[in-house]
Amino acid sequence: MGINRREFLKIAGISAVAGLGGTSAIDLLRRAPVEASQVSPNPKALTAKRWAMVVDTRKLTEADCKRMIEACHRIHNVPDIGTKQEVKWIWTEEYKHAFPDDMNEFVSDEVKHKPFLMLCNHCDQPACVRVCPTKATYKRADGIVMMDMHRCIGCRFCMAACPFGARSFNFGDPRPYVKEENPKYPTRMRGVVEKCTFCTERLAEGLMPACVEVSNGALIFGDLDDPNSEVRQALRSNYSIRRKPNLGTQPCVYYIV
Amino acid sequence: MYDGGKIITGLVVFIGLVTFPLWSNVGKAAKKPDPKIDTPVIQQLPEKERKCIEPKALMQAEHMKILNDWRDAVVRDGNRIYVSSSGKSFNMSLQKECMNCHSNKKKFCDECHNYADVKPYCWTCHIEPKEKEKVAWASIEENS
Repeated sequence: MGINRREFLKIAGISAVAGLGGTSAIDLLRRAPVEASQVSPNPKALTAKRWAMVVDTRKLTEADCKRMIEACHRIHNVPDIGTKQEVKWIWTEEYKHAFPDDMNEFVSDEVKHKPFLMLCNHCDQPACVRVCPTKATYKRADGIVMMDMHRCIGCRFCMAACPFGARSFNFGDPRPYVKEENPKYPTRMRGVVEKCTFCTERLAEGLMPACVEVSNGALIFGDLDDPNSEVRQALRSNYSIRRKPNLGTQPCVYYIV
Repeated sequence: MYDGGKIITGLVVFIGLVTFPLWSNVGKAAKKPDPKIDTPVIQQLPEKERKCIEPKALMQAEHMKILNDWRDAVVRDGNRIYVSSSGKSFNMSLQKECMNCHSNKKKFCDECHNYADVKPYCWTCHIEPKEKEKVAWASIEENS
């Protein structure tokens, strides 16, 4: 009766091997469900090493800005709430608010009263990405600071971190405030943060960002790493400024004044 | 047995209450879900091309995993083209690709999801197809 020590150790050893390696052996033997499938980027997509935008404020009027804001907000289903809980991807600001680092006591009347087009700066060193606890906000290889709405938990750390006020929080369901839904783009839900994405979904189809498309040449979009790109040529031949450069986030939106 | 009457009555009431879900649902089996694929887009396709991206059995069992993979591939990696096991290419997009054919969310998605009592939260953000009226959406080119 009973088993001796030798038998017991044999059984224990075999059980341990089966327990440790059994599941992986079964997984190996079973065929993976989607074996032949592959994914790839759209061959028509526009690509760059570091996307950037140059805003030629000399060419921009208030009507131009309004047209761009409308185009952007319409195709991205951005709600028009109109209270303190507003959601915005692109908006206008006065010079003194846009460039608070400029210490000059007197600036030209034209610059002083001109509307400046504001949007996410897609910084090289984005503060929002550093603070995001779920990696919902992240920087793509092409420099675009992107959001994964599926991951956003609405903690709003990114809003506190962003020095440019480029991020908006959905305090409530945005759907009732979206006048005309674009069925080709999702809306957002209550409790997530949203911002400009440099139109990644349009770049992926080979289209320029919506605001650039309707800007009549006032906005220039291109690769900052390519010395022959349109943005680099514009920056080479014009004096430009960026918002709050002393913070070291290296914004990729340049303003020609 | 002391208080036999009370105990037995109590037991009968207890068993009756505990088995309530069983006997109250006798003969009332929930209707087997019957998802429909008879949307205009699918019906316009020639008979031979009326196929989903992968075989039907795989789609039934794995569509949720495929959608998750698509989401990560598109959002995180920027890969938007899916080449299926049959070699055909598809645009990985719930709103633009899946729901283009399966425009009948109520009879296609909800039919089984309600039966199985699963509540995927796709539609809190993604816009479900309008099943009755078609809303014409003006492109930016036209309005600019």
